[in-house]
Amino acid sequence: MDFLNAIIVLFNFTVIPALAYGSQLALGAIFVTLIYAVLRFANFATGDMMSFGTMFAVILTYYFQSLGFGLGVLPTALLTIPFAILMMILYMLIIDKFVFSYYRIKKSPPVQFAMVSVGVMFVTQALIRIIIGPSDRRFLDGEKFIIKATEFKEMTGLAEGITLKSTQAITIIVTLIVVSIMFWFLNKTKTGTSMRAYSDNEDLALLSGIDPKRVVLITWVIAGILATIGGVLYGLDKSYRPFVYFNNMLPIFAAAIVGGIGNPFGAFLGGYVIAFAEIFVTYAYKRFISYLLPEHLEPDSLLQLLSTDYKFAVSFSILVIVLLIRPSGIFKGKVI
Amino acid sequence: MRNYKNVIAAYSIMIFLIMLVGIFQSWSIALTILNYCLISAVMTIGANIQWGYAGLINFGIMGYTALGGLAVVLVSVEPVKKAWQVGGLNILACIWIIVAIIFVVKFILNRFDKSKLRNYSVASVILGGIILLRVTAAPGIEAIESVDPAKTGFLGGMGLPVLFSWIFGALLAGGLAFVIGKIALGLRADYLAIATLLIAEIIVSIIKHEEWLARGVKNVIGLKRPAPYEIDLQTSEWFINLVTKFNSSKLNLINSISDKQEALNQMVIDASSVYVKLCFTGLFLTVVIILLIVTQKALYSPWGRKMRAIRDNEEAASAMGKNIVKEHLLIFILGSAIVGLAGAMMVTNDGLFTPGSYRPMRYTFVIWVMVIVGGTGNNFGAILGGFVVWFLWVEAAPIALFLINLFTSHLPETNAVRVHLIESAPYFRFLVIGIGLLLIMRYRPQGIIPEKIIKQ
Repeated sequence: MDFLNAIIVLFNFTVIPALAYGSQLALGAIFVTLIYAVLRFANFATGDMMSFGTMFAVILTYYFQSLGFGLGVLPTALLTIPFAILMMILYMLIIDKFVFSYYRIKKSPPVQFAMVSVGVMFVTQALIRIIIGPSDRRFLDGEKFIIKATEFKEMTGLAEGITLKSTQAITIIVTLIVVSIMFWFLNKTKTGTSMRAYSDNEDLALLSGIDPKRVVLITWVIAGILATIGGVLYGLDKSYRPFVYFNNMLPIFAAAIVGGIGNPFGAFLGGYVIAFAEIFVTYAYKRFISYLLPEHLEPDSLLQLLSTDYKFAVSFSILVIVLLIRPSGIFKGKVI
Repeated sequence: MRNYKNVIAAYSIMIFLIMLVGIFQSWSIALTILNYCLISAVMTIGANIQWGYAGLINFGIMGYTALGGLAVVLVSVEPVKKAWQVGGLNILACIWIIVAIIFVVKFILNRFDKSKLRNYSVASVILGGIILLRVTAAPGIEAIESVDPAKTGFLGGMGLPVLFSWIFGALLAGGLAFVIGKIALGLRADYLAIATLLIAEIIVSIIKHEEWLARGVKNVIGLKRPAPYEIDLQTSEWFINLVTKFNSSKLNLINSISDKQEALNQMVIDASSVYVKLCFTGLFLTVVIILLIVTQKALYSPWGRKMRAIRDNEEAASAMGKNIVKEHLLIFILGSAIVGLAGAMMVTNDGLFTPGSYRPMRYTFVIWVMVIVGGTGNNFGAILGGFVVWFLWVEAAPIALFLINLFTSHLPETNAVRVHLIESAPYFRFLVIGIGLLLIMRYRPQGIIPEKIIKQ
């Protein structure tokens, strides 16, 4: 019984949150990696682009709520995602048309692209703050929990409970659906193959008649879908605050590089690697251990490797270690 | 001389703009802006050495700035004796443990060949060392943080004059850059940018959360100053006489003695803040001019030519027998040290150390915009970039507010759009900086004052 309790404690406080957080990071990381593979630059506007998409979802959620639309037990935000994605793609295409395409035609070095994306980051951040403001917003409605700790305890008769928030379940399910569709698209369809060819060898792809404009367009469309969904899921799970989204760019980058930048599957797993590392290293194992050990051996300290203040630092340290030992990432990068 | 015409013109416009602020807002604000412009200029000189001379992209400027700020606390604050008594021994022991770990790891790496066993033993030494560190440090940290936590709760500094901290800040940042450079400089350009950005984030989070070191997010206030305090000035005889002398014509217009005294008091208060800021301006200006002369000499020396050769074509420079790894490391250290100096100057100017305020937006990306806008590879350009961008960063909000009021003046006061726009006026600075960067990148990629190659 004690053993079961210990497992449940661990599951409740580390595995479930890490799975949810990892899914959010994974979507962002695939977004980064796609841009890197096809358009060949590190996009420093990642966090703010996700924020931009989420902003539309938040505004539309408020609008739908005022009209009385809703999905019942599910959050209204799910209904607004398609519209937000459309707005996001439109914004990305405008940015691409007026900013990035010029450098693409000129074949500028990646560093210049990165600096340009910093400029886009500033502009996007300004637009977000001017439109919706910098404050913290919650836009979650509908049922909050799927399983409550008390219900779980009553059901099983254990001392520890499992809490499963609906946002966590939605996050994991939606991520799996989106990612599987995307991998199917990249690997099985003709357009997906042409994207991979373009990413692999641009000149050869052009020779075989692949339209670069179409590839770029499709890439931005997929990027818009990923960015918006990732952003909305994060916002539902925690809350929507522009500054936090900007900061999230850093673990997302870490996830993309750890997984091997340019490799979508690597980025997908990289998100979970980062999330699990962050949570496992900063979790206090006292309660977990106390179930496993006999009573007189119970530890006094929290048994925490690092305090939760260092959550971000953990993921960045992993990144530094990976860069040192295996710069191409865990799963060899630079192939889509 | 003809070559310098546009430089002089650009700087004159800048000075004129700052004077406009002095006339329309107040001289105190103008001097604050000028001081920050000078600090930004030091930062851009540092970043420009790395990016403009050698083509190294360092997004870790925030980390070095914070480290420079930390140096001010470590050098100038009086030591907290009681904290040293209760926990100093543990901290010193920790430092020795860290040194021991480094030596053991180095020994293993040098002594044994590459193998799985070696990797595991290095990993286990580091892990064991960290556990040992935590066990040794925990009681000491707890004891130190419980010493009068409202006021101290940290080890304090060395109690030296604050100007020493500028040198110490540069050394500290340079030392860190050595370590980071060893780790990260082999990476490709955009990887290097991301890696340095994340490492800087780690440094700031350590400074933020290790309260025994510099109080963390509880901030250290009331730091020493290399300039006199306003309160002392307001009560000293010579200063009041000076103010009277300067404003004698104005004062003579006032007839009643009590009114005269009141006006004089107000003038003395205003003048004291201006005087203190002028002292800082003098100090900062000295630093900027010294750095400008040194970097300018370096740029046109054989060393500078070598750096540019490496930047423009690594393979060719390498074939000519230049040690690229070594030169990159050297320039990375130099640039970072200058940024550390700027960080120390900034904290000295503010008189307080607030680790929570170090954010990548303000301390990495804005500095980079300054370098790109001003002119990469040209020190005059980089300094001008520091001035222009900082000026815009500060003045964008008031200008935006003015424009919004102008364009929405036909709308009623309570109009939702108008109220919303006025509320969001501070964020127009991001818009201005972003659009400015994009325009410069597109239409003048070399910056306002482009790099000049002198044929020798």
